[in-house]
Amino acid sequence: MDKYIWLIPLLPLAGFIINGIGRNSLSKNTIGFIASLLVFASFALSVGAFLQIKSTGLPINVTVFDWFAVDNFKVPFSFLVDQLSSIMLLIITGVGFLIHLYSIGYMHDDNGFGKFFAYLNLFVFFMLLLVMGSNYLIMFIGWEGVGLCSYLLIGFWYTNPSYADAAKKAFVMNRIGDLGFLIGIFLIFTYFGSITYADVFSKAAGMHSKDAPFVLITLMLFVGAVGKSAQLPLFTWLPDAMAGPTPVSALIHAATMVTAGIYMIARSNILFTMAPDTMEVIAIVGLVTATFAALIALTQTDIKKVLAYSTVSQLGYMFLGLGVGAYTGAFFHVLTHAFFKALLFLGAGSVIHAVSGEQDMRNMGGLKGKLPITFITMLVGTIAISGIPPFAGFFSKDEILAHAFMHSTTFYVVGVITAMFTSFYMFRMLYLTFYGKFRGTTEQEHHLHESPSNMTIPLIILAILSAVGGFIGVPESLGGHHELEHFLAPVFERSTKIMGEQTLPKNTEWVLMAVSVLGAIAALGYAYSKYVKKADIPVAETEERPALVSLSYHKFYIDELYDTLIRKPLDALSVFLYKVVDLLGIDDFINGLGKGTIEASKGLRLLQTGNVGSYIFMMIIGIIAILVYSFISIHNIK
Amino acid sequence: MQSLTNTMQAVPLNNYILLSAIIFSIGVIGVLIRRNAIVIFMSVELMLNAVNLLLAAFSVYRGDATGQVFVFFIMALAAAEVAIGLAIIVMIYRNTNSIDINVLNRLKW
Repeated sequence: MDKYIWLIPLLPLAGFIINGIGRNSLSKNTIGFIASLLVFASFALSVGAFLQIKSTGLPINVTVFDWFAVDNFKVPFSFLVDQLSSIMLLIITGVGFLIHLYSIGYMHDDNGFGKFFAYLNLFVFFMLLLVMGSNYLIMFIGWEGVGLCSYLLIGFWYTNPSYADAAKKAFVMNRIGDLGFLIGIFLIFTYFGSITYADVFSKAAGMHSKDAPFVLITLMLFVGAVGKSAQLPLFTWLPDAMAGPTPVSALIHAATMVTAGIYMIARSNILFTMAPDTMEVIAIVGLVTATFAALIALTQTDIKKVLAYSTVSQLGYMFLGLGVGAYTGAFFHVLTHAFFKALLFLGAGSVIHAVSGEQDMRNMGGLKGKLPITFITMLVGTIAISGIPPFAGFFSKDEILAHAFMHSTTFYVVGVITAMFTSFYMFRMLYLTFYGKFRGTTEQEHHLHESPSNMTIPLIILAILSAVGGFIGVPESLGGHHELEHFLAPVFERSTKIMGEQTLPKNTEWVLMAVSVLGAIAALGYAYSKYVKKADIPVAETEERPALVSLSYHKFYIDELYDTLIRKPLDALSVFLYKVVDLLGIDDFINGLGKGTIEASKGLRLLQTGNVGSYIFMMIIGIIAILVYSFISIHNIK
Repeated sequence: MQSLTNTMQAVPLNNYILLSAIIFSIGVIGVLIRRNAIVIFMSVELMLNAVNLLLAAFSVYRGDATGQVFVFFIMALAAAEVAIGLAIIVMIYRNTNSIDINVLNRLKW
């Protein structure tokens, strides 16, 4: 297996090259086939790698070539596939393959079909590089690459200016985070003398938390994670990123890229364990983001916006998990979230496809009968994300909440309330979309149809995974063995040693589970009575809303706030720099130099009169001056 | 040579230097204030000969013949220069009907 590990990222890259070159000449079927097949081949290899690691327990470390060396700083282009990255590989290639398959149907009528698949393959390549790199620099290449692909795909329909703006927004916001990440890497190199994981982590494990500025390093890495994983205060790009095609939202902005921040922190877990202050910050940021995004999601009417805020909220959960030291729990949630959120996005895409591009839930409703497969699969996804057992989301969310409880009761309470919000807005979305009567135009109603099989098959597979995916991490209090934790244990070994085993009494754990499940079911019931029984459809854009609802509907005016606090002052500064510093200062200075030279030359050239007499006169003056000078200097020497 | 040296040394060196300086200055002033090209030319010759005189005088006083040999070279050079210079002046006269150097002021900006 070690020999073929480099093929995993290379195959999608080959797909990018083939589809990129042949985007106009190859037929749509060929393009879709090549792109999906290559990702599937990567998936097959990933399964091989996973099985090998599962049986041997040893990470695969392969150096492809030496990239560059400066003095004693050497960067090999090498891959590390261990327990953590092997699971990420399965998510990326597995979910990625399903989404490729789905896209063949979803993008069928789009003119940019070839371009779309080329970008998608490129994204998979960079994402694989991100998780497979054996040092921070390779991870950074992938990190930047996925940011680029995200930009390209958000702005896929770039002829619409607001979509192009959304792409730019995502790119700029990611840039802020990337800078933090880069500084973090520099600091790591300064204090550990290496950026290879193995060296850095073994050195860090042997240190005391005061030996190196762990807090600073980890905060910088966390800034990178905040940008990429859309946490407060850099989360506003993710909802806007819904401008891209729906499969993109599913793959990049739900299942894989946005979890890169969590992967990075889980990968560097030992550094974070050494910095308890950073952990506290991460937990609080995660919790606040989770709640804040959930509050916004409560009143959104765009089906994709609901899912986008839900993604931000779930990512917040994962950071809460990381912050309270539940690395396995957070990663577990990455895994289950990849299943059910990809499912929900693809389901939303299927709905949007059916109602001819409509995204506003106010114009949907009653789709249950028309789209049975989409409805059932989305129902599974909704139950899974709401944390109702025995679906996947329950186990992972509960593990995070249990650890939050051990850390602080406040965290737990807020977490459960957010879980209730989650349950409410997800079922609200489901009810508004699938229950009641159809509220769109009659033309749309004629058009309603279930999606083709290459779109529904990925939905069904993801629904099965969302339903049973949680069983790999059944906690011991429920009679399970938590296989995921045992599998991942070597990755988090050093941190566990420092933090010690944390366990709750079984009774407490049962109570905690019961509380969150009952909360979720209560929220579900409330959503049912409000949106199905009373058919309380959200009012139109222009109508008055109660103050709190309005606040949530307008996303707490965060975009407007950033606009006033950051964009406008920056704009004003730019205008000032342009009009005053550039035009008046720099330009005038440079032009002044030119003009001054011309004027001075105009005066000086008059010396050249053409009159031989005056030349000779000047020559004489010159000779006399030289003589006087040498006369004086001879005297001075004497 | 010896007797010549003695005769020359009967006159102090300062006198030679002074005479050369005067001739040289006359030459300089002539170049500066005259407009006739031929007169300027003659003034240049005056300056050259002032230098020749000085060279010969020093040579004798030091009893070293190098300076006098040098004088011959300068004379040969001056002859050549005169030949060319006069030819130029003749050409200028044919073209402009004048040898006033103030007329020749077109070589400028």
